[in-house]
Amino acid sequence: MNFDIEKFKVHGEPLIYGAMISIALASIGIVVGLTVFKKWGWLWREWLTTVDHKRIGVMYILAALLMLFRGGIDALMMRLQTAAPEMKFLDAQHYNEVFTTHGLIMILFMAMPFIIGLMNVVVPLQIGARDVAFPRLNAVSFWLFFFGAMLLNISFVIGGSPDAGWSAYFPLASLEFSPTVGNNYYSLALQISGIGTLMTGVNFIVTILKMRAPGMKLMRMPMFTWSVLITNVIIVFAFPVLTVALALMMFDRLFGSQFFTMANGGMDMLWANLFWVWGHPEVYIVILPAFGIYSEIIATFSRKNLYGYTSMVASMLIISLLSFVVWAHHFYTMGQGVMVNSFFSISTMAIAVPTGVKIFNWLFTLRKGRISFTTPMLYSLAFIPIFTIGGVTGVMLAMASADYQYHNTMFLVAHFHYVLIPGAVFAVIAGFHYWFPKVFGFRLNERLGKHAFWWIIISFNVAFFPLFILGLMGMTRRMYTYSAETGFGPLNMISFAGALGLAIGFVILVYNIYWSTRYMPRDESGDPWDARTLEWATKSPIPEYNFAVVPNVKSRDPLWAMKYDKQPLFEDKITKIHMPSNTGKPFILGVVFFFLGFFLVFSMWIPAIVAGVGVLIVLAAMSFDRDHGFYIPADKVIKTEKKLGGGTV
Amino acid sequence: MMKQLFPIRHVIGYIASLVLSAAALAVIYGDFSHAANIVILSVTALIQASLQLFLFMHIGESADTKKELYINLAYALFVGLVTIFGTLYIFVWGWYS
Repeated sequence: MNFDIEKFKVHGEPLIYGAMISIALASIGIVVGLTVFKKWGWLWREWLTTVDHKRIGVMYILAALLMLFRGGIDALMMRLQTAAPEMKFLDAQHYNEVFTTHGLIMILFMAMPFIIGLMNVVVPLQIGARDVAFPRLNAVSFWLFFFGAMLLNISFVIGGSPDAGWSAYFPLASLEFSPTVGNNYYSLALQISGIGTLMTGVNFIVTILKMRAPGMKLMRMPMFTWSVLITNVIIVFAFPVLTVALALMMFDRLFGSQFFTMANGGMDMLWANLFWVWGHPEVYIVILPAFGIYSEIIATFSRKNLYGYTSMVASMLIISLLSFVVWAHHFYTMGQGVMVNSFFSISTMAIAVPTGVKIFNWLFTLRKGRISFTTPMLYSLAFIPIFTIGGVTGVMLAMASADYQYHNTMFLVAHFHYVLIPGAVFAVIAGFHYWFPKVFGFRLNERLGKHAFWWIIISFNVAFFPLFILGLMGMTRRMYTYSAETGFGPLNMISFAGALGLAIGFVILVYNIYWSTRYMPRDESGDPWDARTLEWATKSPIPEYNFAVVPNVKSRDPLWAMKYDKQPLFEDKITKIHMPSNTGKPFILGVVFFFLGFFLVFSMWIPAIVAGVGVLIVLAAMSFDRDHGFYIPADKVIKTEKKLGGGTV
Repeated sequence: MMKQLFPIRHVIGYIASLVLSAAALAVIYGDFSHAANIVILSVTALIQASLQLFLFMHIGESADTKKELYINLAYALFVGLVTIFGTLYIFVWGWYS
């Protein structure tokens, strides 16, 4: 075993020492806090061992918010470094690490878990189920994601972060050109959390296909549930490609295989190819649920049913198929011929058609609606024009011959921020405000919410619109500094100001959570927005069994029909309810996986083998676990329902 | 009694998978023509995939989810074929020369 303490150290920057100290202090603070307030037992019983989809969802969202700030600080550092010519804030290596982790964290450890968190909280409620199909698998998914994310985050202070871009193109990411452990972290952290995501995909497909309440046919499902179903189908078919590509990368970097090298029959461009075979569907994995969230919010706050339900579903299905046939548009300039680029140009532009259908459906839902401008609705309304700018510049980039001009410039950076921020971030924030009262029993403050909204929406455009112009002026992405003669300075400074504004917006958003927790009045009704779908038909905060009585669905907007058409929803009597019991094994599995990943990163084979055997032991223990859950007796359910008050049953 | 408890189908599937994987190695250690190698790989891969579907994933068993199963299979086939032939299209047939 080649143990060498030097490999663990990251040298140089005072910033990194600062990060080390803050991580250490935060960890000590958490441990001391939990001990002083005697919360270890509570943490273990209520959260670490939970299999309740709502709690797992809340943990996903908390982790995503933390990662949002981690990725946001990365973004601020990048914008500061490029704010003026010849800045000396970061050196080139540090800048490379920062833009790489910014991309990885924002896509895989912020957008994905935020969406999966909302999915966890909302989907079982929307289909009238008591939990997901496999509650324990769900906990496994979460802990694998969580420890994968932690593995990537410690790379910053132990051994060095990945530094070859979030797409980790070979040959740059190969052992020859990136000899540090950074890209080992990349392959292993993504692999571990990717396995978790894949299991989420399986879990939610089964949940949606098999656990719907009686009467809820597929074409009666809420649009968010539809979008989640299609998203998970994409997850199940796209993530195996990433799994394989990452495994090959790991073999190349750890065991000396030659899949992506430039010699011995290896093919460096195959990495880019496989990465985008997964990577493009991945974009739709984060954007389709957003479409679902907007559909729910726009329908609720226009007080109308969703316009063009069938065409919404059809366009999402078409997008899911098209998402698999466009990947080469990420590397038009790699060297393939005209025919190939023309094919992928056309398939890419074709995606604009179903997306356009959806935009018009939202506009027609708004038409003649009684619109109330709540915070979630404001984000949804802002999404439509901003996303359209992102989409139109996407069509510009889709033209292969024109793309030779824009390729890898700041124009591209501006484009994908203009699609992903309104298409994923605004959506999860809107969904967060919208479903917050369901989970916690009180709304977020509207005044603070709107303050945050205006800061975020204006600063977003200030931060990213200049990048379109900078790209056309010739500034390439990922350049860590530039000379004053280029003339890039002023626009970059404006962009930095925008980034600061975004930071202020997000701080207000988090302050709003704190303020509302202390001062907002409790919501007794369970339906504060006068909404349409099943999740609002139960109490808030949601009792652990979700619905005291399984609803009988007779229309697309069952709650609306119950409230305004006097259509009965809960017709059965309360009986005892079967629930899954908690388990600590998924958490332990995550911890063991974390160590397996860590030892593999540093090629410490014997500890890695021990951890690998540990994984197998935990898996075997889970397979032989005979636990059939427990029953909540009917009188206890009735008592809980009375205590939560309000009333549908 | 023993017959019900012993997972004979799974054991057969497992052994067959090992045998088929070993058979595919003939491409490396044997001395066949290129065409014969491709035939060996395709045939063993096809049998391997059907073993998975029938012995482990019970594709023949439940009648009520037949439709979903076949839609899923078709989707998987679509994605697999698109990935393979798309890659060939980019790097072999459509490569700039």
